[in-house]
Amino acid sequence: MRLDTLTALNAERAARRPALVVTDPADGRQRLVREPEIDADPLAEVLRKRLASGASGLVEDRQGHPLFVAVHAPPVRLVAVGAVHITQALAPMARQLGLDLTVIDPRTAFASPERFPGVTVIAEWPDTALRTVALDAYTALLALTHDPKIDDPALSAALKADCAYVGALGSRKTHARRVERLKEAGFADEQIARIHAPIGLDIGAVSPAEIALAILAQVVATLRRERIAARAGA
Amino acid sequence: MLSTEDDILRAAEAWRREGRAVALATVIETWGSAPRPVGSHLLIDEAGGFLGSVSGGCVEGEVITEALDVIGDGRPRTLEFGVADETAWRAGLSCGGRIRVFVERVD
Repeated sequence: MRLDTLTALNAERAARRPALVVTDPADGRQRLVREPEIDADPLAEVLRKRLASGASGLVEDRQGHPLFVAVHAPPVRLVAVGAVHITQALAPMARQLGLDLTVIDPRTAFASPERFPGVTVIAEWPDTALRTVALDAYTALLALTHDPKIDDPALSAALKADCAYVGALGSRKTHARRVERLKEAGFADEQIARIHAPIGLDIGAVSPAEIALAILAQVVATLRRERIAARAGA
Repeated sequence: MLSTEDDILRAAEAWRREGRAVALATVIETWGSAPRPVGSHLLIDEAGGFLGSVSGGCVEGEVITEALDVIGDGRPRTLEFGVADETAWRAGLSCGGRIRVFVERVD
């Protein structure tokens, strides 16, 4: 790999922009394909598919010659709105999973660094905090405060940013009211349907740690849905 | 998508900028129960120092040896590793899987 290709690739990754590297294993010839460049690439369709699945692997060009496609999707970031007990239990689990966690809560008593050692905690309202933590398609957003004043703006931002995963704590009844509010705010049904609520896989979770586990399991299942689908089809 | 190879590629850039001769090994294909997924990297410098893994320890020694040749002549190579008894002349994967590893010099 040429150093300038590597440098350009690392710059894309640092900026949380997806990129692919196409390599001919026979002679080492290589090209970096940034996301906006995919459509102009001879392998456009294959590269789009690979980026969507996140799976690197060998493909063939039009002449049947094998090429290696390395997919560099930004690492998934976890943004939890609500510095609550569940979030405290979730923090070490997220670290183990390699999910970079940011916690947002305007209530300074909750959003204290002592409650979240080693975690980025922002004691601001979501509207302010999300100006620094830009949501994107590689972010999972968890709304965990139970307070619509805090949760709703975060959920709206997550839907607009097309976040990889959006989940909200609360009962079915709470969620029904939330759906009404989001409809009034102008969101379409299919957008609202992207919210996982009640949040988490149904494992009968009771304690904060169990709820955290249920949430993270659902986040992983969502991020790995291509693998699940591939196996179901096999 | 969950875990990344960020550090390896950043390290590759940093090592090269320090003036070290560097090769990058990448798992490009796996069959069966391979220990590391496609896209995993091993970074090697001319002194045999390395970072990352392509097999969780089974064939790293062999990859490093080949990488030193790649650093020497600049010609990329594709290596294949299978179970130990099938390829007795070189290191093997005890898990029974097979992997193909592409090794290139960072120029």
